[in-house]
Amino acid sequence: MSYFHAFWVGGLICALVQILLDRTKLMPGRVMVLLVCSGAILSAAGLYRPLVEFAGAGASVPLLGFGHLLWEGIRKAIDESGFIGLFMGGFTSSAVGISAALIFSYLASLMFKPKMKG
Amino acid sequence: MADIQTQKKQKEYEKYVKKVTPVHSLPLNMARAFLVGGLICVLGQWIMNVCQNMGMDRQMAGAWTSGTLILLSVLLTGLNIYPKLAKFGGAGTLVPITGFANSVAASAIEFQKEGQVMGIGCKIFTIAGPVILFGIISSWILGVGYWLLKMVGVV
Repeated sequence: MSYFHAFWVGGLICALVQILLDRTKLMPGRVMVLLVCSGAILSAAGLYRPLVEFAGAGASVPLLGFGHLLWEGIRKAIDESGFIGLFMGGFTSSAVGISAALIFSYLASLMFKPKMKG
Repeated sequence: MADIQTQKKQKEYEKYVKKVTPVHSLPLNMARAFLVGGLICVLGQWIMNVCQNMGMDRQMAGAWTSGTLILLSVLLTGLNIYPKLAKFGGAGTLVPITGFANSVAASAIEFQKEGQVMGIGCKIFTIAGPVILFGIISSWILGVGYWLLKMVGVV
């Protein structure tokens, strides 16, 4: 059952963003920024945690989930460390995603040659 | 006379433009995005389930899931497979975390000729930079609100 909910919720988020891509002039980079910020806002409003409970990876794998992760990290850090937590939580919770993307991409740039876009 | 001829030319040109412009069918694109995006999430769910079956808690399983998906996406980008998938899946390949990893890897690979520092070092952040910056900023602003509410004892 977890696969079914992950599939349709994740798919639905992507299909909705496809409308945004096709009907507006938004470039992919801006869409990603929009998704991460929206995820943080939805999460702070208490709306995203229930979706993650329901759909699992269907909600955490889309970039909205990245924003959700940022907010959860910040909130936890504020609860634990107070004001200075505002400057700790975001990077703590997103550390794996950002580090993995940067490190693997750097290694890839050593291994692979650029290819023509086809 | 000249007017009629220009009009005719214009019509022909319009016809030509219509012919060479790829037809975008929104419902079809949405269906593709749904399929590809959904499948990527299913793959994520599978990794997550495997990790949880190995006894990891949800947070740790989530971290492993992100890391694995990112590694896969970077490899597929380097092998030039992810761009092909993106051509078919549209937003379905852009929205998941794999789309983020793809754009980071693509810019790192593309600009390697411009050198380690000014090439890879700068350009690797072309997409990662804005995403990280505005993600951190928006969650920080929300965090300030939360902190203030906590100070006055609302939450």
